[in-house]
Amino acid sequence: MKFLSEYRNPEIVHQYIDELHKITTKEWTIMEVCGGQTHSLVKNGILNILPDKINMVHGPGCPVCVTPLNLIDKAVHLAEDKGVILCSYGDMIRVPGSKKSLLEAKATGADIRIMYSPLEAIKIARENPDKEVVFFAVGFETTAPANALSIIHAEREGLTNYSVLASHVLVPPAIEAVMNDSDTQIQGFLAAGHVCTIMGTGEYEPLAQKYNIPIVVTGFEPVDLLQGILMTVRQLENGEARLENQYARVVRPEGNPAAIEMLNRVFQMEDREWRGLGTIPNSGWNIRTELEAYNADIKFNVNILKVPECADCIAGQVLKGIKKPFECSQFGTNCTPEKPLGAPMVSSEGACAAYYHYSNAGDEVNA
Amino acid sequence: MIALDCPMPKLDFDVITLGHGSGGVLTNKLLKSGVFDLLKNPLLDTHHDGAVFELNGKTAFSTDSYVISPIFFPGGNIGELAINGTVNDLAMCGAQPKYLSLSFIIEEGLKMTEFWEVLVSIKKAADTAGVQIVTGDTKVVEKGKGDKLFINTAGVGQLMSKANIDMNQVKPGDKVIVSDSIANHGIAVMSIREGLEFETSILSDTRPLNGIVGKLIEEFGYDIHLLRDATRGGVASVLNEIAQDAQVGIEILQKHTPVDPEVEGACEMLGLDPLYVANEGVFMIIADAQIADDIVQMLRTFEGSKKATILGEIVEGHKRQVILQSAIGGKRVLNMLVGEQLPRIC
Repeated sequence: MKFLSEYRNPEIVHQYIDELHKITTKEWTIMEVCGGQTHSLVKNGILNILPDKINMVHGPGCPVCVTPLNLIDKAVHLAEDKGVILCSYGDMIRVPGSKKSLLEAKATGADIRIMYSPLEAIKIARENPDKEVVFFAVGFETTAPANALSIIHAEREGLTNYSVLASHVLVPPAIEAVMNDSDTQIQGFLAAGHVCTIMGTGEYEPLAQKYNIPIVVTGFEPVDLLQGILMTVRQLENGEARLENQYARVVRPEGNPAAIEMLNRVFQMEDREWRGLGTIPNSGWNIRTELEAYNADIKFNVNILKVPECADCIAGQVLKGIKKPFECSQFGTNCTPEKPLGAPMVSSEGACAAYYHYSNAGDEVNA
Repeated sequence: MIALDCPMPKLDFDVITLGHGSGGVLTNKLLKSGVFDLLKNPLLDTHHDGAVFELNGKTAFSTDSYVISPIFFPGGNIGELAINGTVNDLAMCGAQPKYLSLSFIIEEGLKMTEFWEVLVSIKKAADTAGVQIVTGDTKVVEKGKGDKLFINTAGVGQLMSKANIDMNQVKPGDKVIVSDSIANHGIAVMSIREGLEFETSILSDTRPLNGIVGKLIEEFGYDIHLLRDATRGGVASVLNEIAQDAQVGIEILQKHTPVDPEVEGACEMLGLDPLYVANEGVFMIIADAQIADDIVQMLRTFEGSKKATILGEIVEGHKRQVILQSAIGGKRVLNMLVGEQLPRIC
């Protein structure tokens, strides 16, 4: 398929692998920030063809994984209200809350609709004027514009039965949280290509300087990932620490100005709790005060008691790249996709799920 | 669209109601409105509680329920799916399907025109596969207690004399053959699901496989060790079941996986792996390596298996595991599907 097969070309992949073998003289630890990159690395078997000296660790870039327990409890609570239709991306459905997941709530009668776009939720709100329609908006900068657009549409149409339970998180503060952790061993980053498609690359140059670390904006196909890794290792071997853009066919330095304008119109920055990582200052977006009629949190004033995370789940350490999924005592035994203890085991972008699906449960990825 | 060659008889009702499942006058009216005439054969014509017939030798027996939503989808509907599905399950046993039962669970409010369209395609599918529907049942449930129409079929068929289908026959060195390009059915159904509609010309691959299978067994009999249709859970799930049940390892090559470009594009867009997407007319063959190429050549002469190919092989190592060699040469375990990739697609 054009625009895809070129980036899965085995010959180019092996040229990059050969080049990596040639230039790598020391051990390097590199974090791919985005869960989509983690899955591609594991799914395509890239981890077991990389030189042994290159250690890839998996970052916090899975929005489902970092959504706090409390927010899932809120979504379940809203969904169980007979007057509410809760709309969500499929990924969120199986993530365990403190008592149940949305999937379990659905099985016992809650009206939960799975969709690919929040604009579908607008359609449902239009067709069901006697119901409250709530969209569970989770995601990084990548999904935020579509969610913002749904609020703009609702406002334009005068829909009063549509609101959004928003939990948007931002990549740059997460990179800072990883680097500020005293246990971190990260020496280079593959930044998330699709987040930068929206936001541009401007936020990353200061991070590369502040932490003296190479950051390469990278795509998701095998050729992208290997080129990104090669660019990072080249910088590391040369003692450089700057921002580079591997994914230039999609990412422009200024990002997508129309999307950014929409984001600024709908969202405001706030401190945000990340599952497993704790509260990170200025790391999330919520709906602006003047649009709070569309903020489900305020509209329904849901007060749910905070419940502590499962003590056996090491999601926080996995999300910061300190531990690999198979280093968790629960991995593949007490924690599986059918009965997950934490979100990284269920989300399609979760590191634990990637290792579980594409490797021998309990073993390192080495087919 | 109603088939022109089987016009719906004139009726004094437009929708099916609870009364049509009561067993009384209305049930009689529904069945005599054309159902019996359409599916006519000597065994059904007795209108008895069950069919009585003789079978010789070893007999295969299978059943399946069909709850697909929506009931009409690009390339087919629930009716032909219900016939082809059970016909194919019998064919996979190495049997020639002969008689089927047919049971409807109808949600009240189903339009008679829709029910008739399903019936007509049942009739056509049964004729194509060469099977007779010899007994059946109709129930109607309250609105909201079903999803328009559920169908159960069961069937019996005579085992072919040269058939040697047995999990114990699967051995290292055998080749794994896939009969056609995969994932068309699942993607066709996905394309019209509420909230997901996208424009595509992809059609379901629902079709009877007993004709092709009959010829394969006639020609290669003893050397075909296992047949499995790759329905729910797709090719990956079937291969995992084989690896576990036969206690063998399986290796497949991603670059040999036949996927039509449009299906591949849709899978990319929806984030699905075609190896896990359902098929209704694709089957896997585990056969002796010496005849594998001949099987592929023969399959390619039939409509419905033009893209047949050798996908991989049974190996001595990594017992109970399926390993996929990715297109770029990396390897990974191909696991069982956990949960659902698509809700209710067959």
